[in-house]
Amino acid sequence: MTIVQHRAPHHSVTDPATPRGIPLGRITSTELRKMLDTRSGFWTMASIALASLATTGLVILFADREDLTYRTFTAAISVPMSLILPIIAILSVTAEWSQRSGLTTFALVPHRSRVIAGKLVASVAIALVATPVAFAIGAVGNIAGTAVAGVDPVWDLTTANLLTIELANVLGMLVGFMLGVLVRSSSAALVGYFLYQFLLPTLALILADKQDWFRELQPWVDFNLATGALLEGPLSSQQWAHLAATGLVWLVVPLAVGLRLVVRAEIK
Amino acid sequence: MIALDSVTRRYGEFTAVDHVSFTARPGRVTGFLGPNGAGKSTTMRIIVGLTHATTGSATVAGRRYVDLPNPGLEVGVLLDASAQHAGRAGREIVTIAQRLMGLPKARVDEVLNLVGLTPAESSRRVRDYSLGMRQRLGIATALIGDPSVLILDEPANGLDPAGIRWMRGLLRDFADRGGTVLLSSHLLHEIEVIADDLVVIGNGRIVAQGAKTDLLASTGAVVRTTEPQALAAALDARGVASSYVGTDGLLAQTDADQVGRTAFAAGVPVLELRPADGTGLEEMFLQLTADTQRDAQAHHEPEGALA
Repeated sequence: MTIVQHRAPHHSVTDPATPRGIPLGRITSTELRKMLDTRSGFWTMASIALASLATTGLVILFADREDLTYRTFTAAISVPMSLILPIIAILSVTAEWSQRSGLTTFALVPHRSRVIAGKLVASVAIALVATPVAFAIGAVGNIAGTAVAGVDPVWDLTTANLLTIELANVLGMLVGFMLGVLVRSSSAALVGYFLYQFLLPTLALILADKQDWFRELQPWVDFNLATGALLEGPLSSQQWAHLAATGLVWLVVPLAVGLRLVVRAEIK
Repeated sequence: MIALDSVTRRYGEFTAVDHVSFTARPGRVTGFLGPNGAGKSTTMRIIVGLTHATTGSATVAGRRYVDLPNPGLEVGVLLDASAQHAGRAGREIVTIAQRLMGLPKARVDEVLNLVGLTPAESSRRVRDYSLGMRQRLGIATALIGDPSVLILDEPANGLDPAGIRWMRGLLRDFADRGGTVLLSSHLLHEIEVIADDLVVIGNGRIVAQGAKTDLLASTGAVVRTTEPQALAAALDARGVASSYVGTDGLLAQTDADQVGRTAFAAGVPVLELRPADGTGLEEMFLQLTADTQRDAQAHHEPEGALA
């Protein structure tokens, strides 16, 4: 480390200045940058790319010829991506508390709701951009895989399919974001996320298998089941109703509680 | 200018900050002094809106901090140098501040150069920084917006002697150009060197404040004697108040001349006699430090062990 003699800036520190507010776009782009500029952010994105390539390779190697369709490739890529992407949203929120960088962030932007809004927009933007990238990788995989197998490529996903898959990824991202604002601790939110993603669906599966009453109720209470339908294809109006009902309970309400907590919580 | 008006923060039954009022003025370095846990950091967090005051108000440049449109351009804040994402490079942290404030890119290099972080150092991740380097990085973030007010919580922690001297020069220069500096410390001597005004806090309450020269001015005489009780009684008989200092000392509220005459008349041997010269402040501060909960708990522990 070197000691540099402090030089006075060119003008007096009492110069009157008329600072303008920080636009939300600037907050959003900065939050987007912060999601990717740390070691964990970098490896999260890198792991999505690696997992996408690996699953594409596995499909080409092991899938039956008649299964080599665009749907197969896209589904294979979507699994790691939809699991890992929400972690970016989680860490974007929780790092401000767990890494304590919020002490600087919320001093520079004291209206916390604006920082959180920036993080929300950035999270959704990542999901919106990453999903078409998965579609593109899936298309390349489909062309390459069918060429290797010597069969004609099958394009069996409609635009409606692509849109509902995109929506599923955005909702997944929002689940991560919700857990982040609700818990505000990286480790606790990640544990919560894996419980949410793996334990709840398993419990629902077992319960539906053993209890008749739950089997009939399940579509109205199982958010995972409702979002899973988005991957299968266009939804019936009843499935949309299921999605709205479960989304309200499992996403919107806890998100509202979390946002309230974030704005009120002490930043230490 | 920073102004606090009867700021209070309660956590349930516990009052961390109790009706704290003071003003940090432009052109002066205001030292915020108190033992660990006295409420310094909570007060500073309240000023910048990270903690909500239960009652009372704090303003910076005449406005509540949250009402500043782009606070980084008016107030430089460093509350905890270690509170940074460990996986982010130092330079990147300053860049984030530069982008949020909407400043030209060149400011990043200017300010890194100003705090003495080399390009090699600033490209490293904060995980690998010493506390001293983190302080420099925090100062860089605080200064990048060219603010007129600085709020720094224990900025000298972890700096080497050369770094402390550099920091003093920087803050002195900042105040001399008309800036307002509020900096906290739990070390009287550290703050004595740099501050123009002092605000002393203990157990959430302000116990003394004013210009350093006034607070440190001679306030009585310190005398060491083999018979402190006898001398205290003799002084008391002449209407002079005194308090015990250490095992054999007294702080008398009069000048050394009268203490000497009193001791001579009472036949008490004197080991040392001198004007107090700020000893009053130091004594008060030591008393505060001794009264902190930490020490009180330490005293109770042996009893607990026996029971």
